[in-house]
Amino acid sequence: MCCLLIVIIIINEGINKGFIVAAEMINSLFLISHTGDIFLEKHWKSVISRSVCDYFFEAKEKAGDLENVPPILQTPHHYLISVYRGKLFFLSVVQTEVPPLFVVEFLHRVADTFQDYFGECSETVIKDNVVIVYELLEEMLDNGFPLATESNVLMEMIRPPTILRSVVNTLTGGSNVGEKLPTGQLSIIPWRRAGVKYTNNEAYFDVIEEIDAIVDKSGTTVFAEIQGVVEACVKLSGMPDLTLSFMNPRLLDDVSFHPCVRFKRWEADRVLSFIPPDGNFRLMSYHVSSQNLVAIPVYVKQNISFLETGSCGRLEITIGPKQTMGKTVEALMVTIHMPKSVLSVNLTATQGSYTYDLTTKALIWTIGKLNPQKLPNLRGSLSMQSGVPKPEENPSINLDLKIQQLAISGLKVSRLDMYGEKYKPFKGVKYLTKAGKFQVRT
Amino acid sequence: MQEWANQLCENRQFGSKMTDSKYFTTTKKGEIFELKAELNSDKKEKKKEAVKKVIASMTVGKDVSALFPDVVNCMQTDNLELKKLVYLYLMNYAKSQPDMAIMAVNTFVKDCEDPNPLIRALAVRTMGCIRVDKITEYLCEPLRKCLKDEDPYVRKTAAVCVAKLHDINAQLVEDQGFLDTLKDLISDSNPMVVANAVAALSEIAESHPNSNLMDLNPQTINKLLTALNECTEWGQIFILDCLANYTPRDDRESQSICERVTPRLSHANSAVVLSAVKVLMKFMEMLPKDLDYYGTLLKKLAPPLVTLLSAEPELQYVALRNINLIVQRRPEILKHEMKVFFVKYNDPIYVKLEKLDIMIRLASQANIAQVLAELKEYATEVDVDFVRKAVRAIGRCAIKVEQSAERCVSTLLDLIQTKVNYVVQEAIVVIKDIFRKYPNKYESVIATLCENLDSLDEPEARAAMIWIVGEYAERIDNADELLESFLEGFHDESTQVQLQLLTAIVKLFLKKPTETQELVQQVLSLATQDSDNPDLRDRGYIYWRLLSTDPVAAKEVVLAEKPLISEETDLIEPTLLEELICHIGTLASVYHKPPSAFVEGSRGVQHKRLPGSAGSGESVESPDTSSAAGISDAPPAVIPSQGDLLGDLLNLDVTPPATTGPPPAANSGVQMGAMDLLGGGLDSLLGGDLGGSSAMGAGFGAAPAAMPASFSAPVSGGLDDLFDLGGGVGMPMGAFSPPKTVWLPAMKGKGLEISGTFARRAGVFQMELTLMNKAMSVMTDFAIQFNRNSFGIAPAGPLQVLTPLSPNQTIEVTLPLNTVGPVMKMDPLNNLQVAVKNNIDVFYFSCQYPISMLFVEDGKMERQVFLATWKDIPNDNESQFQIKDCHLSSDAASNKLQGSNIFTIAKRTVDGQDMLYQSMKLTNGIWVLAELRLQAGNPNYTVSLKCRAPEVSQCVFQSYEAVLKN
Repeated sequence: MCCLLIVIIIINEGINKGFIVAAEMINSLFLISHTGDIFLEKHWKSVISRSVCDYFFEAKEKAGDLENVPPILQTPHHYLISVYRGKLFFLSVVQTEVPPLFVVEFLHRVADTFQDYFGECSETVIKDNVVIVYELLEEMLDNGFPLATESNVLMEMIRPPTILRSVVNTLTGGSNVGEKLPTGQLSIIPWRRAGVKYTNNEAYFDVIEEIDAIVDKSGTTVFAEIQGVVEACVKLSGMPDLTLSFMNPRLLDDVSFHPCVRFKRWEADRVLSFIPPDGNFRLMSYHVSSQNLVAIPVYVKQNISFLETGSCGRLEITIGPKQTMGKTVEALMVTIHMPKSVLSVNLTATQGSYTYDLTTKALIWTIGKLNPQKLPNLRGSLSMQSGVPKPEENPSINLDLKIQQLAISGLKVSRLDMYGEKYKPFKGVKYLTKAGKFQVRT
Repeated sequence: MQEWANQLCENRQFGSKMTDSKYFTTTKKGEIFELKAELNSDKKEKKKEAVKKVIASMTVGKDVSALFPDVVNCMQTDNLELKKLVYLYLMNYAKSQPDMAIMAVNTFVKDCEDPNPLIRALAVRTMGCIRVDKITEYLCEPLRKCLKDEDPYVRKTAAVCVAKLHDINAQLVEDQGFLDTLKDLISDSNPMVVANAVAALSEIAESHPNSNLMDLNPQTINKLLTALNECTEWGQIFILDCLANYTPRDDRESQSICERVTPRLSHANSAVVLSAVKVLMKFMEMLPKDLDYYGTLLKKLAPPLVTLLSAEPELQYVALRNINLIVQRRPEILKHEMKVFFVKYNDPIYVKLEKLDIMIRLASQANIAQVLAELKEYATEVDVDFVRKAVRAIGRCAIKVEQSAERCVSTLLDLIQTKVNYVVQEAIVVIKDIFRKYPNKYESVIATLCENLDSLDEPEARAAMIWIVGEYAERIDNADELLESFLEGFHDESTQVQLQLLTAIVKLFLKKPTETQELVQQVLSLATQDSDNPDLRDRGYIYWRLLSTDPVAAKEVVLAEKPLISEETDLIEPTLLEELICHIGTLASVYHKPPSAFVEGSRGVQHKRLPGSAGSGESVESPDTSSAAGISDAPPAVIPSQGDLLGDLLNLDVTPPATTGPPPAANSGVQMGAMDLLGGGLDSLLGGDLGGSSAMGAGFGAAPAAMPASFSAPVSGGLDDLFDLGGGVGMPMGAFSPPKTVWLPAMKGKGLEISGTFARRAGVFQMELTLMNKAMSVMTDFAIQFNRNSFGIAPAGPLQVLTPLSPNQTIEVTLPLNTVGPVMKMDPLNNLQVAVKNNIDVFYFSCQYPISMLFVEDGKMERQVFLATWKDIPNDNESQFQIKDCHLSSDAASNKLQGSNIFTIAKRTVDGQDMLYQSMKLTNGIWVLAELRLQAGNPNYTVSLKCRAPEVSQCVFQSYEAVLKN
């Protein structure tokens, strides 16, 4: 018998790895439009040639959809970490082992800052404000270490452009750079500047919840959860110390807070105690997970079928209220991504109107308010490319909707108290429920 | 000029249209020329506009470095905005214009004294960005002042500047004492300064791993934890990453740190959350499992991880890659959270694929129904890659959760009925694996599979189908026809299919010899004569020889029962997993590769290990480590997941040969090793010998005779060696201990003479000392202390000299040592500085310990791990040494080395040369891998050492030499 038992140790062939030398975090940033133009570059260390982006373009080409470009790419000498925001890619180049989340978070923060400064985050506004953008980037990062990333603080150092200020600056030779060190920068409350003054003192809170859900063909909920945020708009003079309490804080088992929230108080008393930043900010985000009962506000009755022979298919969708807690469902909209072979649709909607985009194959049915007495219905035929086999995939239905004055989890603010200042502020709380990634399978 | 002026006027009129895009307009005369003129204008406003235009050009990557002197001229200004703009420009171009940059120095120095802290900070910040050697020395004084500035904003900026400067000129920074100032800043009153100091120090420490900069002790840890609560989110990340490098003294400290870190899990910044998870995952290892707090902590970890999945897709991706590690290490954390990993229609594909991976990891009997329903749903999606992976996932579920196998198979059959080409092919590939896992259970589906034979156009699917036909030839009536049809296009098939076809036809022949003789001859000749592929030829010859010499043996070998496959094939190897857990949140964790694969060479990365549980004394035993450790004694084998070409050969190779001597117990262990080590290298050994045997005739008769003799020799030789090794690890000898030498002569010790040596006895590392009193008076009050040293060696107890030492008296003392003391790199590495005190004085001397004293008893690496590690360590880290005049046989050498905890893992003999593959582990967890080559009759041995910390190689070699020659 010939039995083979051979021991061989394979000696390393030497895996080809990038040789990394310098030590810094984010080295460079490139802003790239969705068409692939690099329209801004910023280097915090030595200049890295923009040819490094070629690896990114290659990946972009491969990915097809812009959303599918992998966020982390390895090249022989660098790592490219990117985020996709507002049809723009924020592409950072790093040379060493850095926490990628750190970079991704920072890039999103840059995009947020642009949003706060210019009202939107697009190629046009960035090009229009390139000098401010450059100053901002410089202020936000030093040697790879983030310096100031709070819009509140940045706005004291670099004033946002307003039409009025531009005119005044041009006429008087004034500047858009703050001459003084931001007051909040180094205090224990870096998010708030000192000496804030308002004639109308007001504090508004928006509790916004998004329902993420997957509902299967038969209407059973496969998965559902609520992503909630409490957005605040606080314009209060001085150094107010606020306490926000909820009727039912036990709902919140998974929360993330703005740095201003005192975590100890939350742990002990389940109240949000904080000295707020000035202006708009996100006080808290939370997550009501699938284990808890998540109400599904509407049901969808659907039937989409493609005939085995012949070149057509049928579609019928009806939407009705399910658990709306007695509120009206508004801004109802249905989006269906049809298989490629669907050439056109011929449908009748009992309410609202529909469009079918031939290039993206997206059928969008805008419904509006949901009337429980007269359920909206869309039905008709789909015409298919002939000679092509029946589509393999089932299109998936995405829902958009809004419910005013309701937080679907049942979360309610009970009161807001203010300490530390004498005046009496205006207070207000609004609730809104929206569909997040709300998907119905067919 | 005119145009620009006009435009400016226009802008004044139409204020609303004023945007920076105007800076991009170019004029006809040449932009640079225009700008130069404007920069030198007398009007402040015009200058500023010009600098803005320069910056605008810079942002789109235009080269405006020619304007350097003109821009620098604008620097002397009291207009902060203009100054900032000039600084922006300087940072970009100083490197390419070093001579010009000197011009800026005076202004920097002056600005560092400015009454406005903003300007001081701006200056110190910009200074550091100018990576020009010539400038650096001018900057030291201003930097020193700024580090002690009264304004914390300036101090924190200066702290970062030290890191920048260190990157340019490390020596200068050390000489100037900036590192000490930086360390002092860790105790600064302002949390932001602390955070930046920590960040700067970590960055510097990373490039100098042995600099001992971050001397983490309970006091500094406490400071860091305090700063953690107060500093910015980014600072928190630096501090948490720094904390993760600390090893707590005991479980109580570990728990208290965990308690103070846990609130960070509720931070809005996902990077903070993940860094906190890293600290907790690491420190949890030290907590006893029966502790209530341990359970609480486990529960607290799940929600933040789930929350990360509702963030932006890029964040989700990183989170998912890390969760993949976490569920492998501690599956209990997320076992109830399966649903959050369900794929949404509009998730980006990179998120979808990761979620799928985790779903399979979390699949269990409890949730399998749900998982399967989901997977089936995914199999009808649009994206081909995703669909394929979903189909594969169904197969993996079948293998992982036995109870679900039946349901999985029927799901797969449903999918095959869809006739979607790539779905069918994937399904067939996974069904093959299911057959392997549950033999003789689902063969009824073969008929359905055979219907789809024609539609298979991918090699992997074709190979899988051929395997099935070969394996179940006796149940498929027309197996010969089916295989024959494949044979027609033999040369157009990929190697994978060819190999599979060869094996399948041989199997068929052994099962139905009468009808298929012609077929098998055909395939053997196709494989051996008409193919250029050595793998194929080799396998062809092996079968040929087997069939022609002893068909019965052939049957036993080829149709041997195959080891079952297990679902754990894609688990990350445990030591790597441990290391990756220590690197949660880093690029390493995203790529699932050790950090050494990223940062190489210049910065010797220390391998991080999870700390052991100290409190309860039980060893850390998670399900996956135990399963991996148990490989050698648990027969169901793990087949290497990569579809290596030899997979099939391997299976048959491992059948225990009934006639061979060694007892089965020893046997199985060896086989597993053999199989692991084989991994694709068979041809390298056989190829050379076989390639030349072109005399191989056609037909059965000729083949065996022509088979070169050398073919069987090394094979069986290797086998015997292996068996020797399995049973023949002789009595371990005592560890090598060098003879005592005089460390402190009486002359220098005021009459006290100390000689000593080091020893490792029964696993205890000790120092053996002889103290001799050569003075005239009695000596008392002995005490001993070590300086910081490379491996943290420290006395484990006081020096036991109980009675006074009278004149001319000699006393032998044994001092047990441990390696938990403070660490500092010494030169040479194994140098130890010792201070001995008695009633007369304190005496200092230094001695060197053989590094083999630090080799621990559990330094025997698993073979598979050894192989992977050896491959993984870059070749640059390999060093080779010669040991001359050594006359030991390989077994004797192996035994001797084992006495000193150098373990032989495998041995092979090639051309009379013995190669011993050995491993050892140092007390600080560093592994050293070695290959010892020795040839009978040649007194010179060659040792090749591979280690991630190549510094130790020299010392290890010295130990080898000492041990072998002792």
